[in-house]
Amino acid sequence: MKAAVLVFPGSNREVDVAQAIELVTGRKPQMVWHGDGDFEKTDLIVVPGGFSYGDYLRCGAMAAQSPVMAEVKRRANQGVPVLAICNGFQIVTEAGLLPGTLMRNAHLKFVCRDVHLKVETSQSLFTNRYQADQVIRIPVAHAEGNYFASEDTLKQLEDRGQVAFRYCAPDGAVDAGGNPNGSIRNIAGVFNETKTVMGLMPHPENAVEPMFGGCDGRALFEGLVDALS
Amino acid sequence: MTTPPAKLPNEPVITPQVVAEHGLSPDEYQRVLAIMGRTPTMVELGIFSAMWSEHCSYKSSKVWLRKLPTKAPWVIQGPGENAGVIDIGDGQAAIFKMESHNHPSYIEPYQGAATGVGGILRDVFTMGARPIANLNALRFGDPAHPKTRHLVSGVVAGIGGYGNCMGIPTVGGETNFHAAYNGNILVNAMTVGIAPTDRIFYAAAAGVGNPLVYVGSKTGRDGIHGATMASTEFSEDSEEKRPTVQVGDPFVEKLLLEACLELMATDAIVAIQDMGAAGLTSSSFEMAAKGGLGVIVELDKVPMRETGMNPYELMLSESQERMLIVLKPGREDLARGIFEKWELDFAVIGRLTDTERMVLSWHGDIVGDIPIPPLVTEAPVYERPWTPTRLPPMLAASDVPAPTDWNASLLALMSCPDLASKAWIWHQYDHLIMGNTAIRPQDGDAALVRVPGGHKGLAMTSDCTPRYVQAHPETGGRQAVAEAWRNITAVGARPLAVTDNMNFGNPQKPEIMGQFAGAIMGMAEACQMLDFPVVSGNVSLYNETEGRPILPTPTIGAVGVIDDIACAVGSRITTDGLAIVLVGETTGWLGQSLYLREACGREDGAPPPVDLAVERRNGDFVRAQIASRRIVACHDLSDGGLLVGLAEMCLAGGTGAQVALPGDNAVASHAFLYGEDQARYLVACNSGEEMVQAARAAGVPATILGYSGGASLEVEGLLSLRLDDLRSAHEAWLPRYMNATD
Repeated sequence: MKAAVLVFPGSNREVDVAQAIELVTGRKPQMVWHGDGDFEKTDLIVVPGGFSYGDYLRCGAMAAQSPVMAEVKRRANQGVPVLAICNGFQIVTEAGLLPGTLMRNAHLKFVCRDVHLKVETSQSLFTNRYQADQVIRIPVAHAEGNYFASEDTLKQLEDRGQVAFRYCAPDGAVDAGGNPNGSIRNIAGVFNETKTVMGLMPHPENAVEPMFGGCDGRALFEGLVDALS
Repeated sequence: MTTPPAKLPNEPVITPQVVAEHGLSPDEYQRVLAIMGRTPTMVELGIFSAMWSEHCSYKSSKVWLRKLPTKAPWVIQGPGENAGVIDIGDGQAAIFKMESHNHPSYIEPYQGAATGVGGILRDVFTMGARPIANLNALRFGDPAHPKTRHLVSGVVAGIGGYGNCMGIPTVGGETNFHAAYNGNILVNAMTVGIAPTDRIFYAAAAGVGNPLVYVGSKTGRDGIHGATMASTEFSEDSEEKRPTVQVGDPFVEKLLLEACLELMATDAIVAIQDMGAAGLTSSSFEMAAKGGLGVIVELDKVPMRETGMNPYELMLSESQERMLIVLKPGREDLARGIFEKWELDFAVIGRLTDTERMVLSWHGDIVGDIPIPPLVTEAPVYERPWTPTRLPPMLAASDVPAPTDWNASLLALMSCPDLASKAWIWHQYDHLIMGNTAIRPQDGDAALVRVPGGHKGLAMTSDCTPRYVQAHPETGGRQAVAEAWRNITAVGARPLAVTDNMNFGNPQKPEIMGQFAGAIMGMAEACQMLDFPVVSGNVSLYNETEGRPILPTPTIGAVGVIDDIACAVGSRITTDGLAIVLVGETTGWLGQSLYLREACGREDGAPPPVDLAVERRNGDFVRAQIASRRIVACHDLSDGGLLVGLAEMCLAGGTGAQVALPGDNAVASHAFLYGEDQARYLVACNSGEEMVQAARAAGVPATILGYSGGASLEVEGLLSLRLDDLRSAHEAWLPRYMNATD
């Protein structure tokens, strides 16, 4: 699997995700600078976490207008898979690749801690190594992760199986106690209609080694390797 | 006698009042006149004011700081540079320092704390290191004080806002509350970075004619006289000083970090220095002075944020995210290319000369001309009078009442402001970014972070028990160092070196100077005995409001290394059937204990004595046992004593424990369980008998207290609490306090 990781001024988890990919695939991904409208063909594009352009405007709003994102949109429309994490999720929603938006956390504070996620489906490039309804534990770290979409959009997402992960309690109960940011219907990650683009707020790249946050995120990358190699 | 420089329009006359407003005493002004041979211009006076401020000159503390041990075979750079540097093996160095941002954080908590983090990060990456971890030590006033909640909220958000955006994990720290900090909170921030030992950058300028380059943000009018403000006491009108607080932009600093590291990978840099306190003044001065050279600065070439700025403002602004670099000749275009790629300002603003003078020009006119060596050599150094603090009488356990309800006493202690869970704070800090955090906050005595690219781990901690220092500074200084050493040891790492952040009141009061002197003497002795040199530090004096000083707070930041991070242990008890073994001697020392303060409302008695030989013996034993994999979890005993330590281990790992006082125990139960004797550890291990035997062989006292298991904490005949109840009490206090609206 050949992967590209985008780098915006202010990106800061691009190294984490590059390391996770290298750990799983044995090869370093290509790092693509935000000004590069043209980059080598890859099997996967990763839009990483961070504070692109400082996030001083609405999170992800400026990055969504960068030359590299124009190219990402073009390739995504051709079916190239895109994994968008945290700030990356914010960027791709701003770019129109995924429905919904990420608002300020309901408690108005940055939150960094492990959360439990219920895997909604194993039928995707990104989640094929998980079981549906499996509960995994990976961390979040964000101030604007409060997912919101209109009722119509939510209905469509749920009817078409476009919800990837929901925040939950350790026992899998999808309740307010397991929701770290106020996301509507506990949504932590969503797919586009073709399930070739996935955005999520939690950080699977920070859960790939037993001593450093556990291994529950590793299957996401391994599943991508299975699907794309 | 120097050439009188050009007069600027509207140049004020230097009157005694102007001198006083610059924080210079009449004596100090006489020195200025002697050095200059004429009346200084305003910009020159401003430069003397900044360079001779307590903050920049260490004039009250210097004679004492010299007593601290600073050398060891693994020390590459001790105090005097931007940060300390130690060798951690495999061609790698750890570069670290702790620094205060107390005064600004009280005036404007978010920006004060944020720029404190930004400043210490720059100190570390200026030397060529990529920062891998941040820590912070915070002291707030009484929770009941009307300003405390606002200050906690702002400071925590500011630290998180800056560190999170920079992408550096904030992995550890400490937070205390005490009424003595009502008018002067303490915000001490520490950064640890990693660099190759052969790629470390220093501030000493070299090469006459080499260009002096300004990079980073533009200069604005913020923070003018920050260093001078930080060198005086507060009064009721301190809030009017808000304009002296700097405003941070972590996004720009992230770009500056990446750009500097990119430039450092080339051979273009001769010297580099961040612009921190006293901005362009102290950075240019220090680079020239350390190199034995002169410098000419063309101030009109400095990138400016605002129009109409004058030389005085440019020299004294503390705008953030700026660096000064001396480049090798001909490398300007290479460097410019890197900084322009990162969309940062880049300007050649001067060059090095052989005159040993600092010459400032403004649109072709000379507006300042100061000889550099005398400003350094003739800088005031004070041997301020001091009176030692007498050791208070020892408090017998029989003079301290035992709890009537043991369950209630532990619940009360675990939920008191100093011991309650600080998760509300560290959940706002990204402590996981970079993917190297092996021990998270609350899971171990020290934070443990993998050194990128290998199996080594760096353990780091920040420690001080101000109530001990207040009671007896020498003991308190000794204890702060010993506890830091113990915390590094408790995760299995070898303690290597410390950075000290000395927070005290007004040094012109002999009793305050006595606190400072006492703390230094205690620290020096402990650092010596534990082979734990001081490699960097910072002094913050005048932490007083309306004449009321803070508790003396010499915060110790420490770093240690473990060669195989997989051998480290945390403090979590996660399995049933482990033996709980107490290592070290328990006399039941209740003087200055948290039990005494929280349960009895008293802050008296002598603090627990620190026997450094015992400290070393017990710590070396524990570390060796961790290395031989006999210990599963380990926790040093400090605030709250044994019972609190055990409760913390149970809560962290979600497993209960059943213990009993030793059969041969002659100490009163409440003194045994809540006393704060030093040099003690609680360890959980598979074989208690083996541990006790090994301890006996090493001459270390050790006793099996009981075993882990179940969902409650029980002390035979005294106490039985469900972990759920203990957890609620422990975790509820801070969120409830912060969410209250009264």
